[in-house]
Amino acid sequence: MAVHHSAPKYASNEGVIDAISESISVWLIEAHEAHGEVSFRVKRDDIARVLQTLRDDHAYQQLMEIAGVDYPDRAERFEVVYMLQSLTKNHRVMVKCSADENTPVPTVTTLWPNAGWLEREVFDMFGVTFAGNPDLRRILTDYGFEGHPFRKDFPLTGYTELRYSEEEKRVVYEPVELAQEMRDFDFLSPWEGADYELPGDEKSRGAPTVNDVKTTEKPSQTGAGAAANTNAGKRTSAAQKASSNEAPGAPDPTSKEGGK
Amino acid sequence: MTMQREESLTTTGEVISNYTINFGPQHPAAHGVLRMVMELDGEVIERIDPHIGLLHRGTEKLIEHKTYLQALPYFDRLDYCSPLAMEHSYVLAIEKLLNLEVPIRAQYLRVLFAELTRICNHMLNMGAHILDVGAFTPNLWIMDLREDCLNFFERASGARMHSAYFRPGGVHQDVPEKLLVDIGDWLDNRFFQLFEDAMSLVIDNRIFKQRNVDIAVVSRDDAVAWGFSGPMIRAAGIPWDLRKSQPYDVYDRMEFDIPVGTNSDCYDRFMVRVKEVYESAKIIRQCLRDMPQGPIASTDGKVSPPKRAEMKQSMESLIHHFKLYTEGFHVPAGEVYVATESPKGEFGVYLVSDGTNKPYRCKIRPTAFSHLQAMDFMCKGHMLPDATAILGAIDVVFGECDR
Repeated sequence: MAVHHSAPKYASNEGVIDAISESISVWLIEAHEAHGEVSFRVKRDDIARVLQTLRDDHAYQQLMEIAGVDYPDRAERFEVVYMLQSLTKNHRVMVKCSADENTPVPTVTTLWPNAGWLEREVFDMFGVTFAGNPDLRRILTDYGFEGHPFRKDFPLTGYTELRYSEEEKRVVYEPVELAQEMRDFDFLSPWEGADYELPGDEKSRGAPTVNDVKTTEKPSQTGAGAAANTNAGKRTSAAQKASSNEAPGAPDPTSKEGGK
Repeated sequence: MTMQREESLTTTGEVISNYTINFGPQHPAAHGVLRMVMELDGEVIERIDPHIGLLHRGTEKLIEHKTYLQALPYFDRLDYCSPLAMEHSYVLAIEKLLNLEVPIRAQYLRVLFAELTRICNHMLNMGAHILDVGAFTPNLWIMDLREDCLNFFERASGARMHSAYFRPGGVHQDVPEKLLVDIGDWLDNRFFQLFEDAMSLVIDNRIFKQRNVDIAVVSRDDAVAWGFSGPMIRAAGIPWDLRKSQPYDVYDRMEFDIPVGTNSDCYDRFMVRVKEVYESAKIIRQCLRDMPQGPIASTDGKVSPPKRAEMKQSMESLIHHFKLYTEGFHVPAGEVYVATESPKGEFGVYLVSDGTNKPYRCKIRPTAFSHLQAMDFMCKGHMLPDATAILGAIDVVFGECDR
């Protein structure tokens, strides 16, 4: 695919997958290239060995980032993505493994000292544990926070809010109380990929089968004609009811003069 | 408080106990809300445990609930000292997923304002760094220059700080010709006089050097292993600059040098920034000289909104406008990691799209994470007042670090 964008251009991806796949083939599940990004999915238990091979044999010297992603539909819902950069080859690759709440990922703090905080962040935000990380405390959330806020099932508003209590002279935590309902607009077109059902859609399921198809082929079937014309000027019962409730002196809604 | 009874370095013979102090979270030299638990032996730092996250606002989660365009202003609020540099990574990430072509004039405008942002950021950081080590006047002088930059941003976008000026596909609107002329005039007639005056007060100043030279020396290998980037890795003597090695927008057309340090101490980090300001000015001049006329946003009506005048005439434009500002545009499924050279280092955005109008996940790689994490290792064995110099030379902003 021709490249039109002006995003950062680093060394070509050509041959990278082959060269790396060969040396990590034992641990590799899948190698992938899309949107100009090379990524390798590997077995979770061997992640440290894979990254060490990449660092030592393929000159990816820097670990720039560890990102967690939550895919609740998958069997192992979390994905841990390692972004590596090579200063000498001027190239970047991603290495991924999957995990869930109960399966610890081996730490890479033994390879890069800055992995410590990056792993702490993934633990804090998603609850993925890293076996061997000597200091797996929470990092971004409050002291004593409960839950893992970046999971997809964690509400955007959270569960607690805090305020300064004048009576107790300290900050107190309370369950979230919203002054107005949380507004989360969904502008996704229903005919362009929304995978949920709009209210009313259920009526389309199990619609009754029609034996006599209703058609208007003759003028008599349109409902128009003399009978309709004479009834057109009459007030319907609903309009009569409405006008009887009106305040005295209010204009008559159906009179032609537009007044009394 | 931890108590240990042992021989001390600073008071020979006399036994004093180690003690732990809290640096911050409300400390003027902490550059925001940083809490550092410091274990001291007398005045020598033995261990630092930085506690971050006091400014955590859950930006990444909020972004998942917004369309791609609505999420853009959150980036201004990350590193509020260099807002346009934050937007740059994000719009490039979207464009990479869309494989969207950006008109040349828009690329020039982005580079121009990204470099102006770099000057703006360095003015604040250098001022704060100088202030942290005891000099007052230069900060006041160069803050004035920062004010000029902010006025330029205001004239381009309408907002001094939270510009939201870079958009997927280009920039929000074209700049008036007079603004470009004024930026050129400002560089020629005002900026360097003031900047050089301010720098002449510090760069050869004895006290400034005593406070910075040989403080927090980091070897090349350590700088690489700790994931350093930006001025922190360049001060260690590694000429690594993403604008040069992985050029984006029109950086590959620009001629500029990468200043590097030799000693890898706080003074080098400061001087790298001083030199970068000159390089940025060089790039701005080239942008002003070479910028062509033309459209300032992608002509793809499915991504960038139509002009106001077109909307009065064309039904299709009206529909595009309506769709873009309600539903937003759809981004093809996939994932990219795009990093640009922000004034503080590598600022990356890992964007995962599921093909809808909202990002599935947007992980932000702050520059401060790697640098601040190395505080413990850099401060060990230094005196307590050195911690402020080291922190100043890291250039940390908590909007970005805590997200």
